[in-house]
Amino acid sequence: MSVRRPLPRWADIVLLPAINLAMAFLISGMVVLMIGENPLEAVQVILYGAFGYGDGVGYTLYYATNFVFAGLAFAIAAHAGLFNIGGNGQAYVAGLGAILVGLALDQTHWLIVMPLAMLAAGAVGGFWALIPGYLQAKRGSHVVITTIMFNFIAAALMVYMVNRVLKPNNTMAPESETLDVMGRVPQLREFIPYFGYSPVNLTIVVAVAFLVLAYILIWHTKLGYQLRTLGQNPVASKYAGMSNSRLIMIAMTLSGACAGMIAINEVMGVQHRLVLDFVADAGFVGIAVALIGRNHPIGIGLAAILFGALYQGGQELQFVIPAVTREMIEVIQALIILFTGAMEGLFRPALERGFVLLSLEQKAEATARATVDSES
Amino acid sequence: MSINKTLRKGLAALAGGVAVTTLMAGTALADPAIIYDLGGKFDKSFNEAAYNGAEAWAAETGGNYLDFELQNDAQREQALRRFASQGANPIVMAGFSWTAALEAVAPEFPETNFVVIDTVVDQPNVQSILFDEHTGSFLVGALAAMKSETGTVAFVGGMDVPLIHKFYCGYAQGAKHVDEGATVIENYTGTTPAAWNDPVTAGELTQAAIDNDADVIFAAAGGSGIGVLQTAADAGVYSIGVDSNQNYLHPGSVLTSMVKRVDTAVQTAFNEAGDDATFQPGLLMLGLAEDGVGFAVDENNESEISAEQMAELEALEEQIIAGEIEVHDYTTDGSCPV
Repeated sequence: MSVRRPLPRWADIVLLPAINLAMAFLISGMVVLMIGENPLEAVQVILYGAFGYGDGVGYTLYYATNFVFAGLAFAIAAHAGLFNIGGNGQAYVAGLGAILVGLALDQTHWLIVMPLAMLAAGAVGGFWALIPGYLQAKRGSHVVITTIMFNFIAAALMVYMVNRVLKPNNTMAPESETLDVMGRVPQLREFIPYFGYSPVNLTIVVAVAFLVLAYILIWHTKLGYQLRTLGQNPVASKYAGMSNSRLIMIAMTLSGACAGMIAINEVMGVQHRLVLDFVADAGFVGIAVALIGRNHPIGIGLAAILFGALYQGGQELQFVIPAVTREMIEVIQALIILFTGAMEGLFRPALERGFVLLSLEQKAEATARATVDSES
Repeated sequence: MSINKTLRKGLAALAGGVAVTTLMAGTALADPAIIYDLGGKFDKSFNEAAYNGAEAWAAETGGNYLDFELQNDAQREQALRRFASQGANPIVMAGFSWTAALEAVAPEFPETNFVVIDTVVDQPNVQSILFDEHTGSFLVGALAAMKSETGTVAFVGGMDVPLIHKFYCGYAQGAKHVDEGATVIENYTGTTPAAWNDPVTAGELTQAAIDNDADVIFAAAGGSGIGVLQTAADAGVYSIGVDSNQNYLHPGSVLTSMVKRVDTAVQTAFNEAGDDATFQPGLLMLGLAEDGVGFAVDENNESEISAEQMAELEALEEQIIAGEIEVHDYTTDGSCPV
């Protein structure tokens, strides 16, 4: 097609994702139909489960909290042109920082524990991302390879730490000691009974603050400008006198620190102890969240809620329609990631052509009207 | 839908604000429920054994039961509250990670009976079931040392966690009890939950053990164990299965299986724990004496175990039950004496 123009902005950030989502739901619906269940009822159950009652809303927001941090972690690195897929491992080791501070100070007050735990989790998570960042900047080892390998190193390290160092002898399960009540991040239900028993906690406030901070950082600071320049054109940033290797390391550290906040939500806010694999792949969901959200904080916030709703609604689905198994729900989530992430461009050419035609028609109409006007 | 809505509202009111969406209008109250751990229902191992027990109960009684597979840790309390407020009784949980969730939820539903397998929760309405994996492993370890010609036996575990060390430790003690100079090679397939389902790595570890002269290999590795049994069969050495009776997989090569009767435990719980007359809260230890653990002998492996060895094993079993042989439990202090 010779006539192709970029989409209008609203179509790019609203219409295209909406079409992709609709396609994903359509195919998911067909899968539900194939196992002999009613897709409309399934959608109803998912919506009710995610937004229909206090506990459900609470769970949706709790999942969304994790996904905001994971999405932002991916987006910050992505703006600097780095593909950090190690968010999972960075969040996982950050749990170490959180639990060590938590266990040391849980006799004091959460107002002291929470900020210090955030610092510790951020430092550990940031450090875990800094190493691949250093290797990329100074040694040219690609972060995609190193960050994913660091996920495995993180898993091995955490199993060792939990089983051999942090686990009290009297428990069977591989987990650390439980935090004292004083050291836990307060649950929202303590202030708002509407949330029932759901685990959404004050960390969600931090998540919202991070969205704002990330926006300011990326678009309204010198560092953000440098990171974006590096991401758009590393030659230009170098030519402009910036140190690319320094920027790569900063971007990765910020990214890892952001992923580390997942540990605050999980360890300090929900589990109150360090358990194995507490991240539960939120780091990977974060990649999809950032892709759908176009690496923009507003988009990430909305996409995080979407995925939170899918997690919680999917859980509801499993209870209400027992024929829908855990694997089915994963299939639905995977379809959404596929359509909004990997095949994001599927409908773009058609949509662009449509808009070109539309604008041509409008032009023709306008010309015709103008001619009529001048003739009369 | 209107019936469902009414029902939903009624139950929600009953549960005191805890929303319940039972669209399953046909479900009678007081059905038993089972919640599997993160490994999933069909893990070919622990959870599947629990599932088989539930299915056996359904086949035997013709009853309905509810079940749920977890996706993450945050769903534990949610699933428990859900089933409890739906009126399921008893609620059975498989796995050692349930302690914290059950401690929080059990007091909220004093009328509901809970049964948890592989960990201990001290509440008046909870029955905790533990298995003596170490004694069962001791016996197969003893058998391994009897059959070994090289004096070297091996252990391939799944995820590197204390529970699996408990298997190893019992196995090593058994082997050294029979042959003091026996070498026991210890290996684990990994450190993430993926280690439970990695037969390729398990097979490589087995090959490495065989290369180091091991001629009996015990697989305590969930789904990964298939790789151990296969590699051992290909190399013409003995292997030992775990959890379920796996003797039939490679007759003649699978020496025996260290069975852990999770299925029986679930079936018994479904039968007895729903009724307060037969429910026994507190700790239930299932060991050799209760047939909770043991080694499997059937037509596939009886030719491999001589009458002499059988007699020796039975003597060991009696000595353990009588307390004459004390098998150290790794999980009590996190260390193994051998």
